[in-house]
Amino acid sequence: MSLYKGIFKRDMHIAFKQKAELVQPLMFLTMVVTLFPLGVSPSPDTLQRIGPGVIWIAAILSSLMAMERLFRDDFQDGSLEQYMLSGMALPAVSAVKVTVHWLVSFVPLFLLSPLLAMFLNLTVDMYIALVLTLLLGTPLLSLIGAIAVGLTVGLQKGGVLLALLLIPVFIPLLIFATSAVDSAALQLPYHAQLAIIAAMLLLAAALAPFAIAYSLKVSQN
Amino acid sequence: MLEARGLTCSKRDRTLFEGLSLVVDSSELLYLRGSNGAGKTSLLRILTGLSSPDAGAVLYNGVDISEDKAGYYHDLFYLGHKSGTNGSLSALDNLSFWLAQHKVSVPDNTLFDVLEKVGLVGLEDVPVRYLSAGQQRRVALSRLWLKPAKVWILDEPFTALDVKGVNLLETSMKEHVSNGGLIITTSHQSLSNAAGEHRVFDLEYRF
Repeated sequence: MSLYKGIFKRDMHIAFKQKAELVQPLMFLTMVVTLFPLGVSPSPDTLQRIGPGVIWIAAILSSLMAMERLFRDDFQDGSLEQYMLSGMALPAVSAVKVTVHWLVSFVPLFLLSPLLAMFLNLTVDMYIALVLTLLLGTPLLSLIGAIAVGLTVGLQKGGVLLALLLIPVFIPLLIFATSAVDSAALQLPYHAQLAIIAAMLLLAAALAPFAIAYSLKVSQN
Repeated sequence: MLEARGLTCSKRDRTLFEGLSLVVDSSELLYLRGSNGAGKTSLLRILTGLSSPDAGAVLYNGVDISEDKAGYYHDLFYLGHKSGTNGSLSALDNLSFWLAQHKVSVPDNTLFDVLEKVGLVGLEDVPVRYLSAGQQRRVALSRLWLKPAKVWILDEPFTALDVKGVNLLETSMKEHVSNGGLIITTSHQSLSNAAGEHRVFDLEYRF
């Protein structure tokens, strides 16, 4: 157990040493969100209607920017080889790394979310629903994203390919998440949507670490 | 004893080697030689289990390495082209995280002794990316003296090292072999006498 705590500590340490990479996706997200009132319409009603979708799309796009960081450095400097030769269970290593990635790239998003909700004139009910969907949905982004990062890490220019692979996969999540917030706006129950996202998350949490480990192994060949 | 049985490896439709068999005993230094692209690195990566051969198997003490990974990796030290050190961490952090991963516990003063041996005193707190190429190589190599591994697999270990560094490494190789260790190494410059006796294995470039 302490082994994996060591990786957690190492990755946290590295993440906070590379502050620019930490802050850039968040700034990107904020900017994308502020573009909508300027580009679409500043009317509070319109913003309220498109708000949840805008925040979710911006979150997905900004997560793609930060996603590559997950294994890129470790692959390029050879740390990944050394992990594989340490006899540690690679799925567990992957799970720890995904956890760190989620903590450093999505937890700041929650801190930023009240501000974004105000920008887009969301009601309190909508905001609560949004935070709940983000809470269940963003770990899913990290887990599924990590599989694709594992597959593309060996390629020279994997960045765009990564986006092309992942965006279609995230569509169901986007549909259920925004539908939950829409229901909240109409004062309707949205447990069903949350339950579906939670089910996707549980499935991914159980299987993704093995898929990530396998994809990393493949990229070493 | 490390044994390769009937290894075949092809990359991009070119067969690098076919049915390659090779036995390296304890107390032996095997010097793998071959031109660029002959498949030295591919062979070494197969011997570590990082990549899998198209055919054949690698056995350590008579057991297939894919069956007893933990046992093999406990005894193995591998240094590839990539140093395995993170540029934003200091030498000290890099080494201590690595040692923890490989379940090696080393007292702090041993760590400093090794850093002194490789000539990195005063640089242990500097992020590794600010060090020169040779110094970065030294950080990676200092693990040799920290992990009590029996099998050393070194891919071009002399790259970027200065004369003193090369000598230090060769002496350590000799010492390791005389202590019953097993080394497989590649290098484009031939090993000097300081490395002790060694067996040469030539890998032919194939079209």
